[in-house]
Amino acid sequence: MNWQQICELDLLPPEYGLPALIRNHPVALFRTRDDELFAVGNVDPFCGAGVMSRGIVGDRDGEPTVASPMLKQVFSLRTGQCLDDPDARLPVYPVRRRADVVEVAVP
Amino acid sequence: MTRTLVVVGHGMVGHRLVETLRERDADNTWRIVVLGEEPRAAYDRVALSSYLDGKSAEDLSLASHELLDDPMVDLRLNTAATGIDRTARTVSTSDGSGLPYDALVLATGSRPFVPPVPGHDLDGCFVYRTIEDLDDIRAAATEGEPGVVIGGGLLGLEAANALRLLGMRAHVVEMAPRLMPLQVDEGGGQVLSRLVGDLGLTIHCGAATKSIDGEDRVRSVTLADGTVIDTGVVVFSAGVRPRDELAQLAGLERAERGGFLVDEGCRTSAENIWAIGECAAVDGRCYGLVAPGYSMAEGVAEQLLSLGEGAFPGADLSTKLKLLGVDVASFGDAHGQTEGALEVVYANNAAGTYAKLVLSDDARILLGGVLVGDASAYSVLRPLIDRELPAPPEQLLLPAGSGIDAGALPADATVCSCNNVSKEDITTAITGQGLTDVPGIKGCTKAGTSCGSCVPMLKNLLAECGVSTSKALCEHFPQSRTELFEIVQATGIGSFSELIGKHGTGRGCDICKPAVASILASLGHGHILDGEQAGLQDTNDRFLANMQRNGTYSVVPRVPGGEITPEKLIVLGELAKEFGLYTKITGGQRIDLFGARVEQLPLIWRRLVDAGFESGHAYGKALRTVKSCVGNDWCRYGVQDSVSMAIRLELRYRGLRAPHKIKAGVSGCARECAEARGKDFGVIATDKGWNLYVGGNGGFTPRHAELLAADLDDEQLISLVDRFLMFYVRTADRLQRTSAWLESLDGGLDHLREVVVEDSLGIGAELEATMQHHVDNYSDEWAGVLADPGKLAHFVSFVNAPDAPDPAIRFVQERGQIRPGPVSLPMPAIPNQEVLT
Repeated sequence: MNWQQICELDLLPPEYGLPALIRNHPVALFRTRDDELFAVGNVDPFCGAGVMSRGIVGDRDGEPTVASPMLKQVFSLRTGQCLDDPDARLPVYPVRRRADVVEVAVP
Repeated sequence: MTRTLVVVGHGMVGHRLVETLRERDADNTWRIVVLGEEPRAAYDRVALSSYLDGKSAEDLSLASHELLDDPMVDLRLNTAATGIDRTARTVSTSDGSGLPYDALVLATGSRPFVPPVPGHDLDGCFVYRTIEDLDDIRAAATEGEPGVVIGGGLLGLEAANALRLLGMRAHVVEMAPRLMPLQVDEGGGQVLSRLVGDLGLTIHCGAATKSIDGEDRVRSVTLADGTVIDTGVVVFSAGVRPRDELAQLAGLERAERGGFLVDEGCRTSAENIWAIGECAAVDGRCYGLVAPGYSMAEGVAEQLLSLGEGAFPGADLSTKLKLLGVDVASFGDAHGQTEGALEVVYANNAAGTYAKLVLSDDARILLGGVLVGDASAYSVLRPLIDRELPAPPEQLLLPAGSGIDAGALPADATVCSCNNVSKEDITTAITGQGLTDVPGIKGCTKAGTSCGSCVPMLKNLLAECGVSTSKALCEHFPQSRTELFEIVQATGIGSFSELIGKHGTGRGCDICKPAVASILASLGHGHILDGEQAGLQDTNDRFLANMQRNGTYSVVPRVPGGEITPEKLIVLGELAKEFGLYTKITGGQRIDLFGARVEQLPLIWRRLVDAGFESGHAYGKALRTVKSCVGNDWCRYGVQDSVSMAIRLELRYRGLRAPHKIKAGVSGCARECAEARGKDFGVIATDKGWNLYVGGNGGFTPRHAELLAADLDDEQLISLVDRFLMFYVRTADRLQRTSAWLESLDGGLDHLREVVVEDSLGIGAELEATMQHHVDNYSDEWAGVLADPGKLAHFVSFVNAPDAPDPAIRFVQERGQIRPGPVSLPMPAIPNQEVLT
């Protein structure tokens, strides 16, 4: 695994998302209220714009989710699967926290 | 084969025939020529007095664009029928043409009856039937002076209301011993007289008009008992007479007391000629209400399309109306004429209500009744006519006991009499189509779409069918937005996590988070990006700009009232040039700058704030703009300073977070250049001040704003808008515009007026205080971001490459400016590409 340091954890508040650029891959990082970290593709598959990190974080039946800010489709943060459309999915990236720094493994 | 139908008369009933026929004639078998004698297409004559209460002729019009543009309908206005040649089957018209017909329907209506009192033809005497009549009355009216209405029936009270709206002191002269003698009984008439007397009307019952006096113009009216009323305006509304002149010309049979004599299928004595509405005497009897006319029109449409017998089912003369703000309802055998009929009466002089039920001789069957002052029981009682009472009569009459439920109604009881929809029709639609709300029922069955008096019953029927209309905001909160608002206000809870911890479940979602963020903002809980609030906001609010299709943003600084200096215009131009932004003038009289990347927003706003601009909240569910015309400073027609008022309103309510966006407008005269009646609240200048309209909307379902209060001074206007907006903010559903909110309010505009204008709930002062708190604590949101490095830190393209522009964003040129280019990044793998195409 090729882990890359992204930012201090403090920069990413709970229930919030931030965009990152990792070897030309736009990635959306999220941190939930229970301090879990997630990284999915930042590009909304429905419109092609790099906006997923600006979506609202939440849960659907307990599954951690983000809603696209563009047309509001909801995606699982764990699997990247769109919960409103079985044919749409976001790529998912391994993410971890090392000494209060967020790290993402790049493909 | 296409045949030709000629309809003589384009009033409400003639129009209903055309409408019904066009709706049901899918194969275009009938081409319709409509002759209308009046200069305008059919309009709502029943609501005529509202023409003096802020409604325009267009508002009253019944003719839709679809109908006017329908190639199968040829509407000829200003054209009367002058004769019928039954052998040649042609109608001759006032413009000299002869129209061939295959079928002919006479819907000529009636003319006002003017009693032959001496002086009835003096200047200053009017009738009350058309918009032109109202224009004439308005021209002759003098504020503060007495005006006399002759006739105290339904129409007479409408006419009295018209005079009252024109500022006149109305006298009503009625021959019978009580008002509305046809509809109400003596007890009801007394309560009615007292209620309208409280409104400043002078009632003369049991009074005959002896003469109308004056040289050329009316000077006074003398009654038989010697009373003299000095007045310059007399309005006759003493009944109508059918317009049946064509009968003689065409050799059609007339009824003894006038009207084209027709059978129960509305067929005249001649083949292929029908008569409907007020001009038709069905089996010898004419009906002066619109509902029987409508059912005649529908019956004839059925016959023309060979869909059925189309027999007139008999007139239901039940009525429920609001005259001068007083509820009056009369149904079934209101006067107890059935042999052996018993009466049960409940009168409350203190509250000003009267209710009577007429029962069969064994007191088991409901025959009819009269309600005055409070007619809320009408929707339950009317369908029970001729049926066994489901509860003791006193329980049905007492206001608190109007608690019989929909279950008590038999399945075939008519719930909506305007559109003849039975309880069974509705329950079948609810269960069969899976309907869940009143709009669904309206769309499916047409019930509740005309007078609306059965809407409370529709709600009961939903409940009876087991449809629990869930108010839950989303899976995380069982409460409605209104309830959450109350909780936040009452408990002082200041954060989403505390609210969901105590009153909800889970972590929230894109529905409840922005809704709660809006509630917190409405109640003044600091900057919308403070702490965890930032993560609750929709992306527009989160970046204080409007996200566009390629992920860039548009920037809209506030331009209050649309007034802007050349210096500020230059700043906007220079900024757009420097950042390469696309510029467009918005519908709200400001300038939109498109194509800003997220990391550019603080740079752009730094310059804007330095130049004196502030956030325009174009991104928020908040007050957007108050559009204005140029007003009386410049405009030669303007009667008030609309620009100053628009600026004052915009600055007062800027930043107010609401369930949805709020748009407003101020026009300096009745020409309405600011299109204020298309707004959530609209202000239109009058000679005396301002008229306030509320609940207007463009969007999916356009709706004209309705008059809430008239002739307000500046301070009255502000306090009513304060109350209106705060009441809306408190009680509307999430994402519910004022128009939908107003329609969903129990009691609609009347209820809103009670709460906002008459302060019936006693919350007026509190609403104003909450608004004042908002006004006192307003600060510019963008200035707040620029002053806070923590907030600025989130305005980056990438957290690990803050200045690298997003490679997905590309622009191309069009008409000398940028527009978003095609998506250029490889899209993430989606197994099934068809979904995108």
